[in-house]
Amino acid sequence: MNSFPILNVHALTKSYPTGAGPLTVLHDISFSLAQGATCSILGPSGSGKTTLLGLAAGLDLPTSGAVLLNGIALAEISEDERARVRNEHVGFVFQNFQLIPTLTALENVTVPMELRGDRSARTLALDLLQRVGLGERGDHYPAQLSGGEQQRVALARAFINRPKILFADEPTGNLDAETSQTVIEVMLELNRNAGTALVLVTHDPDVAHLTERTIRLRNGEMVE
Amino acid sequence: MRRSNIDFLFRMAWRDSRSSRRRLLLFSISISLGVAALISIGLFRASLAQAIDDQARSLLGADLVVESSRPFTPAQEEMLRSLGEAQAREVRFRTMALFPISGGTRLVSVRALGGNFPFYGKMETAPSSAAQTFRNGGEAVPEESLLFQFRSQAGDPMKIGDVTFKIAGALTKMPGEASPAASFAPRVYIPLQNLAQTNLLRPGSLARYLNFVKFAPGIDVASEVARLGPQIEKAGLEYDTVAKRKKDLGEALDNLYRFLNLVGFISLLLGAVGVASAIQAHLQQKMRTAAILRCLGAAGRTTVLVYLLQAMAMGLIGVLAGAVIGLVTHRLLPGTMQKFIPFQLPTAIAWTPVWGGMATGLAVCILFALPPLLRFRRVSPLLALRASVDETVASGWRDPTTWLVYFFIATGLAAFAISQAEAWVDGLFVAGGLAVAIGVLVGIARLLIFLVRKLLPQRWSFVFRQGLANLYRPNNRTLLLTLSLGLGTFLLLTTYLTRDVLLTQFRSIDANNQPNIFLFDIQPDQTRAVAELVRQQQLPVIQEAPIVTMRLIEVKGRKSSDLLKDPQRKAPEWELEREYRSTYRAELSETERMTAGKWVGHFDYNPGDTVPVSVEQEIAKDLGLTIGDTLVFDVQGMTIKARVASLREVDWKRFQTNFFMVFPTGVLEKAPTFNVLVSRVPTPAASARLQNAAVAKFPNVSALDLTSVIQTVDSILTKVALVIRIMSLFAVGTGLVVLGSTIWSGRYQRLKESVLLRTLGASRAQIWKILGAEYLFLGLLASATGIALALGASWALAVFTFKLGYTPSFLPIIAAGLIVTALTVAVGLLTSYGVGSAPPLAILREEE
Repeated sequence: MNSFPILNVHALTKSYPTGAGPLTVLHDISFSLAQGATCSILGPSGSGKTTLLGLAAGLDLPTSGAVLLNGIALAEISEDERARVRNEHVGFVFQNFQLIPTLTALENVTVPMELRGDRSARTLALDLLQRVGLGERGDHYPAQLSGGEQQRVALARAFINRPKILFADEPTGNLDAETSQTVIEVMLELNRNAGTALVLVTHDPDVAHLTERTIRLRNGEMVE
Repeated sequence: MRRSNIDFLFRMAWRDSRSSRRRLLLFSISISLGVAALISIGLFRASLAQAIDDQARSLLGADLVVESSRPFTPAQEEMLRSLGEAQAREVRFRTMALFPISGGTRLVSVRALGGNFPFYGKMETAPSSAAQTFRNGGEAVPEESLLFQFRSQAGDPMKIGDVTFKIAGALTKMPGEASPAASFAPRVYIPLQNLAQTNLLRPGSLARYLNFVKFAPGIDVASEVARLGPQIEKAGLEYDTVAKRKKDLGEALDNLYRFLNLVGFISLLLGAVGVASAIQAHLQQKMRTAAILRCLGAAGRTTVLVYLLQAMAMGLIGVLAGAVIGLVTHRLLPGTMQKFIPFQLPTAIAWTPVWGGMATGLAVCILFALPPLLRFRRVSPLLALRASVDETVASGWRDPTTWLVYFFIATGLAAFAISQAEAWVDGLFVAGGLAVAIGVLVGIARLLIFLVRKLLPQRWSFVFRQGLANLYRPNNRTLLLTLSLGLGTFLLLTTYLTRDVLLTQFRSIDANNQPNIFLFDIQPDQTRAVAELVRQQQLPVIQEAPIVTMRLIEVKGRKSSDLLKDPQRKAPEWELEREYRSTYRAELSETERMTAGKWVGHFDYNPGDTVPVSVEQEIAKDLGLTIGDTLVFDVQGMTIKARVASLREVDWKRFQTNFFMVFPTGVLEKAPTFNVLVSRVPTPAASARLQNAAVAKFPNVSALDLTSVIQTVDSILTKVALVIRIMSLFAVGTGLVVLGSTIWSGRYQRLKESVLLRTLGASRAQIWKILGAEYLFLGLLASATGIALALGASWALAVFTFKLGYTPSFLPIIAAGLIVTALTVAVGLLTSYGVGSAPPLAILREEE
């Protein structure tokens, strides 16, 4: 295992210009995450959790500070290069699943591999769907699946490119307790089996307890 | 790019289109009508070119026509005998024909034909035997319309001059002539051997003498004409050839083609803007998909390419549908156009315009789809993370690629316009004009939208306010729809209004106690008796003028024939070639005003003198004449030198005898002359009485009254307007298709809104009323925009082109407003079908 952390967040600040001057939503956040480690970002609504996740995953750029993902300084490369980094190293799970409505479950899972030009993804995707318990539902469209099933498809998609890190934004926010439990279990199992680091955004302390480390946010600042 | 990546692009584009294929198909129709217009016009032009080539000889009916305005002299006859293998003769002149059974009279164009003309093509008559039998003598073949007018038929009598002919049949087609050309005076063919008995032709009578020549088989027409040309000109005669006729016809039809093509191109542009807007609407709904793809590692370029492929597929389908519609229209269009064309149009399809139209359509479609697509590169992946991220994408004004695309669009449009024009300056002018017209349309539409919003009374009911508010919803297409529907309205209405202005002008002459009947071809010895006849009928003799025909053979020391060959000359051909019908008198008439020089009323002429003449100022400008310049006229064999003594402004709109050249008295009195008398008849019955009395007593005297002029102008304008209207329908059609597809594309949003409103207690009727109000406002805005521009355009045409006063008629304006608004509401409600009645739960569940 490499010695450098998979994620290194340093003095991260994010402000938005408003009519009444800049609004700082994240202030001086620093932390790092070892390869294969798990961590949750916990905080009430509006505390800056999702903003932090977006910055850490390279979906947005900070006002100041730096994010190193797998040793790559995300602010110093172009958006297309960041897209490549995401494709090669990052997996995502969203609160509202974000499956592409026009693709079947199987097609949704294969997209990250197909983007790389890898056409061997079908077998792997079927295997992953099997592992999340949806082996028979590959031909179904998102609209034909329940919320929990859609989130499991999203998990399969997140793991298909064997990411080094998985960002999950309130992955159980739209699910009932029982389905949430299943989804979290699947996520942790995949983390253990594939050695994927996990960053989990949640407002549920019980879910946060399942990870090795918890970063608490309040009003955009770390209160760890 | 790797092959596997290209595979992914195609797969993704195909898979992603699954849920929206029907909608995408509808979008592609936006471009179809424009492509159809271009293709059908292109095909029409190709058929014309083909027909002109195939039937070139029948354009003239002979290889060569030698013409003169005087009977051929013995020397000329001798020269003519040496030409070609077969010959035929025709004498053409206008006179009155009398139909004894109905008692009706009408000015006709007599063609006294001798010989076996036409040599190429066929004289078509009903019954077909008439084309031959009349040549034996005693029979006439009048044009079909003439028989129809006087309810005559084959076997009935018809009197021309002193001869009563038996009608052999009706003329339906003669090589070389289209029917509108003869509308003022319908043609009547009589045998040449009966001409003398009519006693109609006297010295000075206006007639054309034609000698048709057919060369022996195997002779190269062009080189033979080149050899004979100088010889014919030397004998003082003119000639016409197939090549010359072909060129003239080609030029005239090219102008028509260019105009139609412009209209077609506008339809295509509207369609392209429609496609661009459709793509934008489509992309708006694909934002989240794009954001997810970006999260999963797709580059901006990849997402753009996926949707570019979809746009290209849409374009291709639209273009194919357009080609089919174009081909169908091509089958129908010649039927409408046939009346303008003196020959049969072939029905075979030329594929070049089809491919050309399709390529233009596809190129325009892709170019217009690029700006919204390029903006799509900048979709933020954050959009996948949270719903609250602003879904609008920065406009990209600083993006050089977007500017490059705009540059290509502008260059492409200019290049198209230039390719359609004779000179590149003209093309640029058209492109500029088009840009200004669209700019003005956008300006008017924006102003109207702004005013409606500003002045909307707050007291209006919720239904109306909500309907109107819908026009300002985010990502609305109000401007585009106003533009496309407005442009169609503008084109349709302008043709109506302009036609109306012209007809009103003629009618106002009739209403204003102004002269409305001409009696002409009056011989000098009949002048007094004819005036007496008019007075006996209690009608005024408003004006009498002697007319002497002459040709302009020298301008400022240069021969007209040399000037005609000079490519730098400014004067149009007809001014140098025409037969001038000039008069002489001592005073200015009431329709004239001096603008320069000195009026000379009388001049004691001795052979060799330079005569002071007065020249109409517009023709003087064309010929480059100023006071003191010299002219030489050939007055029926006698050469008269003249000097420009004065320039006159002439009010040509007055239905009176007006002249380009006015001579002083004392010069032309001894030249062969005929007289014209101008009067006013109060009723059509009085007109008929006068014409009948004149024909009975003076068979050589002809009459032309304003009513027949109005009828002719009306029928020509109606036919031209019909063609323009067909093309305008493509523009209106495109507008309606864009409307339909736009509504369809925003359907989901509307469904959600209607569900929300219904959840809050709105009834279905209220939902329909809101939708109806929205389309009503849209239709009103669009038609008002079109009407405003049409008023401006028809005013400009009336004032600057036709130099007429302008009073628009309100009926077509109101009709246009009502029809366009009604169509908009109908199409709008039709495409909104189901919006008001969708079950709320289904929509709410779908949204999850």
